[in-house]
Amino acid sequence: MAFELPALPYDYGTLEPHVDSQTMLIHHTKHHQAYVNNLNAALDKFPELKDLGLVEINKVVGTDKLPGDVATTIRNNGGGHYNHTFFWKVMTNPSNTNGPSGAVKEAIEAAFGSVDEMKAKFNAAAAGRFGSGWAWLGVKEDGSLAITSTPNQDNPLMASLPDSTPMVPILGLDVWEHAYYLKYQNRRPEYIAAWWNVVNWEQVASNFDAAKTGAVLL
Amino acid sequence: RISRSISTVKLPDLPYDYGALEPYISGQIMELHHTKHHAAYVANLNKALEQQAEAEAKGDVSKVITLQGAIKFNGGGHINHDIFWTNLVPPKDFEPPSGELKALIEGQWKSLDNFINIFNAQTAAVQGSGWGWLGYNKGSGRLEITAMPNQDPLSITGLVPLLGVDVWEHAYYLQYKNVRPDYLKAIWNVVNWKNVADRLAAAKK
Repeated sequence: MAFELPALPYDYGTLEPHVDSQTMLIHHTKHHQAYVNNLNAALDKFPELKDLGLVEINKVVGTDKLPGDVATTIRNNGGGHYNHTFFWKVMTNPSNTNGPSGAVKEAIEAAFGSVDEMKAKFNAAAAGRFGSGWAWLGVKEDGSLAITSTPNQDNPLMASLPDSTPMVPILGLDVWEHAYYLKYQNRRPEYIAAWWNVVNWEQVASNFDAAKTGAVLL
Repeated sequence: RISRSISTVKLPDLPYDYGALEPYISGQIMELHHTKHHAAYVANLNKALEQQAEAEAKGDVSKVITLQGAIKFNGGGHINHDIFWTNLVPPKDFEPPSGELKALIEGQWKSLDNFINIFNAQTAAVQGSGWGWLGYNKGSGRLEITAMPNQDPLSITGLVPLLGVDVWEHAYYLQYKNVRPDYLKAIWNVVNWKNVADRLAAAKK
C-alpha cells in the first residue's frame, strides 16, 4: 500500500489573502507530492517499513530501525510527508478561526502565561529558524506544552535525533522559503504574523486532546 | 586587558545591473537577493560582531559563545554571496573555461558537460537550504565538487572556493518555482569562468 497525497481540506484560494493560492497550489501539488513520491520509492525495497505507518516511520528516524542506505531519504521524505499532511489540517478558512478555547487554552496559559505570550515565543522560533525548517507547538512527554523549531523536514516526533525536543505536535508552521516567498519574498515575519489568521484552532484542540492520551492524530 | 576596534562589513555592489543576467536569472530575483538577503546578512553580521566586541570587553565569555551561531550564519551568508556575485557574468560576456582550468576540469571529469551534470546532480540534491561548490584542494592540487548546508562557508572544509551556486529557494523560486533543476541548467549560461580561473590562480600562489 503506497502513501498518497492527501486532498486539501479546502480550496487552494481559501487561505487568501494570508497564504496565496499560487503558493498553496505549488506547495501541495509539487512539494508535498514530491515527498510522497520519494518516500514511496525509498520504501519499495522495505515493505515492512511501509507497514509501520507514517507516524511510526517518523518516530524511528535516528534509530537503527531504518536501514543505513535509506535512513536519510526516509528522514527527509517521511518527515516531509507527515509535516505537510499535518500542516494542511491546522489551517482553515480565515473566517472560521476564533482563537483557542477550553482545555488547550488553559494549557497554553499554564505554559506561557497567555495566548499572546505563546504566539510571541512561537513567532521567535519561526523567525529564528535559520535556513529551512518548521516551528512547532506540542505536548511534551510530561504533558506540558512547549515550543521548538526543527531544521529541514525534521519534526518533534523524531525523538531519537540529537538536540530534539520530543513532542506530539499540535500546531506547526512551515518556514521553508517555498511556503511564503511568492507573496512575502524575504519578509518571513510578515508571513508568520498573517498565518495566525488561518490557524484551525478546532484541529489544534483535537490534536491536543489526542496528544494528552499519547496518541498522534494524522 | 586588550581592546580592539571592529571593522564593519559592507554590502558590495554588484558588478552588473540587476537585469543583466536575464533571462537566466531574473532582475527581480537579483535585486531582492542583493538588497534584501545579502544586505540582511551584512547588517546582522555587523550587529553580532559589535555585540561580541562588547561582550569581550566585559569579559562575558558566555555571551560571546551565544553569539557564535549568528556570526556563522550571517558571516557565512556574507562570504558566500560576496563570492557568488563575482562568479556570475552577463550572458553577452560569457566565455567558456580555457587554459589550466579547462585542462583540470577535463582531466578530472572528461568534459565540461559531464562536470556540469555531476555538479548539478549533487547540488539539486541539497536538502533544504545550501550551496553547491567547486573548490580547490591545495593539498592534492585537484578540484572537488561538494555541497554545504545553510550558509556554512566552503572554507571550513579547507577547500578554496572557486565557484558557488546558491540553492536556497530565494535564489530561484520567483522564476523557477519548485523546479530547482531548471535553474541549475540555466545558471551555466552566466557563470563567469574567468573569475573562477582567477580564483584558482590565486589559490595556487
